[in-house]
Amino acid sequence: MEILVCIKQVPDAKDVRLDPETNTLAREGVESIMNPFDRHALEEAVRLKEAHGGTVTALSMGPPQAEAVLREAIGCGADRGFLVSDRAFAGADTWATSYTLARAIETIGRFDLILCGKQAIDGDTAQVGPGLASRMNLPYVTCVQKTRGVTDGSIEVERMMDDGYDVVRLPLPALLTVVKDINEPRVPSLKGKMKARKAEIPVLSAADIGASKECIGLAGSPTRVVNVFSPEPRGDRKIFTGTAEEQVDQLIEHLRDYL
Amino acid sequence: MLKVDAEKCIGCGACEEQCAFGAIKVEDGCAVVGDGCTLCGGCIDACEAEALHIEEAAPGRETADLAAWQGIWVFAEFRHGSVAPVTYELLGVGRRLADQRGVALSAVLPGSGVREECDGLIAAGADRVYLVDDPALAQYREDVYGRVLEELIRRYQPEVVLAGATAIGRSVIPQVATRLGAGLTADCTGLDIRPEDGTLLQTRPAFGGNIMATIECPDTRPQMATVRPRVMAPAEPDPARSGEVVDVEIAPGHLGSRVEVLETVVSQTEQVNIQEVEVLVAGGRGVEGEKGFALIRELAEELGGAVAASRAAVDSGWISYPHQVGQTGKTVCPKLYIACGISGAVQHAVGMQSAEVVVAINRDENAPIFNIATYGLVGDLFEVVPLLARKIQEMKK
Repeated sequence: MEILVCIKQVPDAKDVRLDPETNTLAREGVESIMNPFDRHALEEAVRLKEAHGGTVTALSMGPPQAEAVLREAIGCGADRGFLVSDRAFAGADTWATSYTLARAIETIGRFDLILCGKQAIDGDTAQVGPGLASRMNLPYVTCVQKTRGVTDGSIEVERMMDDGYDVVRLPLPALLTVVKDINEPRVPSLKGKMKARKAEIPVLSAADIGASKECIGLAGSPTRVVNVFSPEPRGDRKIFTGTAEEQVDQLIEHLRDYL
Repeated sequence: MLKVDAEKCIGCGACEEQCAFGAIKVEDGCAVVGDGCTLCGGCIDACEAEALHIEEAAPGRETADLAAWQGIWVFAEFRHGSVAPVTYELLGVGRRLADQRGVALSAVLPGSGVREECDGLIAAGADRVYLVDDPALAQYREDVYGRVLEELIRRYQPEVVLAGATAIGRSVIPQVATRLGAGLTADCTGLDIRPEDGTLLQTRPAFGGNIMATIECPDTRPQMATVRPRVMAPAEPDPARSGEVVDVEIAPGHLGSRVEVLETVVSQTEQVNIQEVEVLVAGGRGVEGEKGFALIRELAEELGGAVAASRAAVDSGWISYPHQVGQTGKTVCPKLYIACGISGAVQHAVGMQSAEVVVAINRDENAPIFNIATYGLVGDLFEVVPLLARKIQEMKK
């Protein structure tokens, strides 16, 4: 089975704040990590490969330094990695991103299964997976919590819903987005790390993937961010003191409207 | 659109044989695409002459005539016998937007045997309900629901389409927006209209709520947004309101699906979606196990709320994943969030910091949760939580 996993490099959310002076994102000193949901997608791809044979290809779109997450993916069991990177992609929203990824995948080859994390932790949109599926005209389901099996050109999965889950079968090729419940990702092996260090990561430009200018980057994005601001801070804060009972009484007093 | 290159087509009929929807026929030695085509692509793979291809949806930025798109639409989500509560919240905000624009508010209701829900949607503010009632829509399947919405939007051209940021909304809407070449903003918490040009101002949290961003779609229609449950006030139903129900016919071929739902499992514990309740009592590492969660559950029941958890508690197996709040779980915004034995690491905070009131109960007075709490109780949760439950019970008597 030929599997492709989409992986995004994201800032580690714990440090992201707006600079109150400039109202821009203060990213200095912020570490970059592999998007946590994508790690689960990668792990699932590697497990499916181990069970059914085939290869795992990791694909990332981002600046040159995003290569790091592809090496990490190879360390965790991916066979190869491709980076789609071009200044012309800058400012892409989810519409332009799904277009770019679809073009890149068509350039790289044919795949039986495309796996994505449910969403990236920087944007939290969960839009690129379904968008990519519709670009590539693939059947898809989102929020997969378990792959039950692959048989006869189809895959059976459990899709998490708000009130339980659905068991769904879809024909291959298909696209799935996964939640973290699906598996416990492995850490890179020593052998994997060596392979990752030596791996060549091809970089694909806008021209390499035959992208139309009007569909990529900011120009290709129907949405525009027109304003960013800090959320309103919480009102008065109160830390109670005294015995447990005294604190509980004070809390109940303050919470009257909510009880 | 599925296109046939007449020069390449050899009229072999492989596509006709392949098509599960009977949508392609060979006539006079050349393939002809009919109405039932679902763009599944099966015929493209079957065609050895490479005479078939799917023409990509136009990027939509060619739709210069923005004024041709009119009206506010709400996707009415129906599942397991009832309309999702977020639908009424969308009708509340949709009504306001429609009045500001002086246009109609419509609900789109796909499903099977859902006709009787129309009255409730009209009472909640819809001027019109586009009803697509078909057995093929009994189960939620991404491709069929997506195609139905896409077709209706192309047919009636609304300027704004709103859907709940639920499992279904977040799954189906992105493909519709992609196909339409429309801008889509996820998880909005604020919506407004700029009166001069009808631009929808879509405000959403980014980076887990650490910043807020306002987003516009200046050149494309419809303007699409998913909206977080429980952020907007639900519309007050007015049974005296009148409205129109439009029965929409969809070509049967367009109701075919490549996805098969084999089973639907409604969980007993997950019946309450933690994103849709007013009060959440959450437990973390400090709860120490399933026994501790029994106390959390008792307090939640006393408050008429539901149980949530931090990642640590879920990873320890004390409670299932659908209860997890935070970066790799759910984002919630209840009126009251009581965090018990949760340290308040940023990965948790981003999932709950937009709650109206946060109460923290923790032994460690230096726990970061106290920095985002409205009220803090420093103490042993095994003492505080039962005490709080008992006092609330007494108070209710």
